[in-house]
Amino acid sequence: MSMLTRSDLSGVVMTPENIRTKTLPLVTNLLVLVVAFGLSAAAVYGLGIGNWVLVVVLGWFLYLIGLFVAASQVEGRRAARNRAWRSLIYSACVLAILPLASVVWTLVSKGIDRLDANFFNTSMNNIGARDPNGGAYHAIIGTLEQVGIATLIAVPLGVLGAIYLVEYGRGRFATTVRFFVDVMTGIPSIVAGLFILAFWVLIVSPWFNDGQPRFSGFAAALALSVLMLPTIVRSTEEMLRLVPGPLREGAYALGVPQWKTILRIVVPTALPGIVTGVMLAIARAAGETAPVLLVAGGADAINFNAFDGNQSSLALYVFQQAGDASKYAPARAWTAALTLVALVLILTIAAKMLARRNSLTR
Amino acid sequence: MAKRIEASNVTSYYGSFKAIDSISMTVEPKTITALIGPSGCGKSTFLRSINRMHEVLPGARIEGRLTIDDQNIYDPDVDVTAVRRMIGMVFQRPNPFPTMSIYENVVAGLKLNGVKKKSLLDDAAEQSLKSANLWEEVKDRLGRPGAGLSGGQQQRLCIARTIAVEPQVVLMDEPCSALDPISTLAIEDLMFKLKDRFTIIIVTHNMQQAARVSDKTGFFSIDKTGEPGRLIEYDDTQKIFSNPTQKKTEDYITGRFG
Repeated sequence: MSMLTRSDLSGVVMTPENIRTKTLPLVTNLLVLVVAFGLSAAAVYGLGIGNWVLVVVLGWFLYLIGLFVAASQVEGRRAARNRAWRSLIYSACVLAILPLASVVWTLVSKGIDRLDANFFNTSMNNIGARDPNGGAYHAIIGTLEQVGIATLIAVPLGVLGAIYLVEYGRGRFATTVRFFVDVMTGIPSIVAGLFILAFWVLIVSPWFNDGQPRFSGFAAALALSVLMLPTIVRSTEEMLRLVPGPLREGAYALGVPQWKTILRIVVPTALPGIVTGVMLAIARAAGETAPVLLVAGGADAINFNAFDGNQSSLALYVFQQAGDASKYAPARAWTAALTLVALVLILTIAAKMLARRNSLTR
Repeated sequence: MAKRIEASNVTSYYGSFKAIDSISMTVEPKTITALIGPSGCGKSTFLRSINRMHEVLPGARIEGRLTIDDQNIYDPDVDVTAVRRMIGMVFQRPNPFPTMSIYENVVAGLKLNGVKKKSLLDDAAEQSLKSANLWEEVKDRLGRPGAGLSGGQQQRLCIARTIAVEPQVVLMDEPCSALDPISTLAIEDLMFKLKDRFTIIIVTHNMQQAARVSDKTGFFSIDKTGEPGRLIEYDDTQKIFSNPTQKKTEDYITGRFG
């Protein structure tokens, strides 16, 4: 490929030919597609080296190459390169969506078996290996309570922390806080669980329980809030930083104090983004298994009291049912997984709609 | 109630960088004063010193006295928010609050400072929008987002927002630089109208604008980049543009600067 020089460009005259391009006809495009897949099928089955998956992958690859060659002949190099890159980007997009679609399909198709009333209003209490019934009522209660409490703890702390970092934080202390928030982001969930086990379950909970350590859903909520906190701080911080400085100055110039500017101007402007960050944190927390197992212990019976005694959660329930010897357990695990995904999805949609209603959108 | 502003030896810093060096000038009540000069000469910095917006930036500080009706606004026990309530500011780019409607934008200053009575807010909104020559254009869509207006309308909305809190001084930092000539004219007309009630100080790059609207003009300049800006000449606009005393001023207004 040679570089264009200035004389090349300056010599260009506008004629009907050189400002118009030919477009590759759709028929040719389809022809390339058919030939590519035909070649691919012939090669794969002829050599006996794979099944239809390889035919599709190889065929698509040949199609992209064929398309580029054909387009080069008809449309010219620049248009052909544009077409090739566009096709690659679309292909990458489809490739990225495939696993997601596959997960959703698997969950729905396998989870539908036990998606009945019994699943949602019974626990696993007194359900034996040969009992086809049994449900996740206790686990749903556990997830809602634990994630709910964790959210109540982590959201105010996280949002206030982010406000401090963006609006007030100067100097060494703010840098230190930001550094440790980054470190916290990397904490494995099992470590958060161990921390709460050592600190809350073994040291603090005996004070309330005649000297005996005690599992509780609240302990799980504490562990989850440790995991949620850095996500909320960092995402809220990014969103607050996106609020333009002139907006703050506009409020200051009206004689509005800084705290009120933050509360009434800055945070509302950033709210949709903050909500997204919070929902990501909630989704992550709802899917955690290890900390719940460590500090809430898991349970088969319904326990509404998050502050006393073992609790289960949907993620833990999936883990336990998936490893259970009963032939009815896998179906329960799939349905619980589907329930968990649906729960997070509903919460996310609800939160986004609420955040949107608060701000004006045209 | 418009106020007399007196600056004596105002020097502003950004960290260790001295942005303007001992500016002294007196602005009479109910006049329009234009500040002109090349980019980076400290006009905006000086303007932002008058309502203590300069110190919003980290590391920024001020030396000298700046009195408004003989009260030094840089006294340590002065409440910054009270000063800013008295001295409104309009910025270079219109900055309506994006989460608020037109109505809410106008009354934002009142509402956020504790005025709750609906009838009071309604009156203030109508009066301010009328003063800002925007009422006729928006009266039927006060509930629509302020950010949905055109650039010129947004800037007039910001002016309405500023005068709604009844300040005594209005500072304008190149309010027309992002606007087309028709919107600019609308804002200049508005300034004449507001002159009866407020003291106005405007920073502008447009010398015709300075000559058109102002009673007095201050010319700022710097010797070279990195040096602090200084007030070269401050006099009646008529005199500055027809018969300046300083060579530098003459060079600048005749386009021979540089």
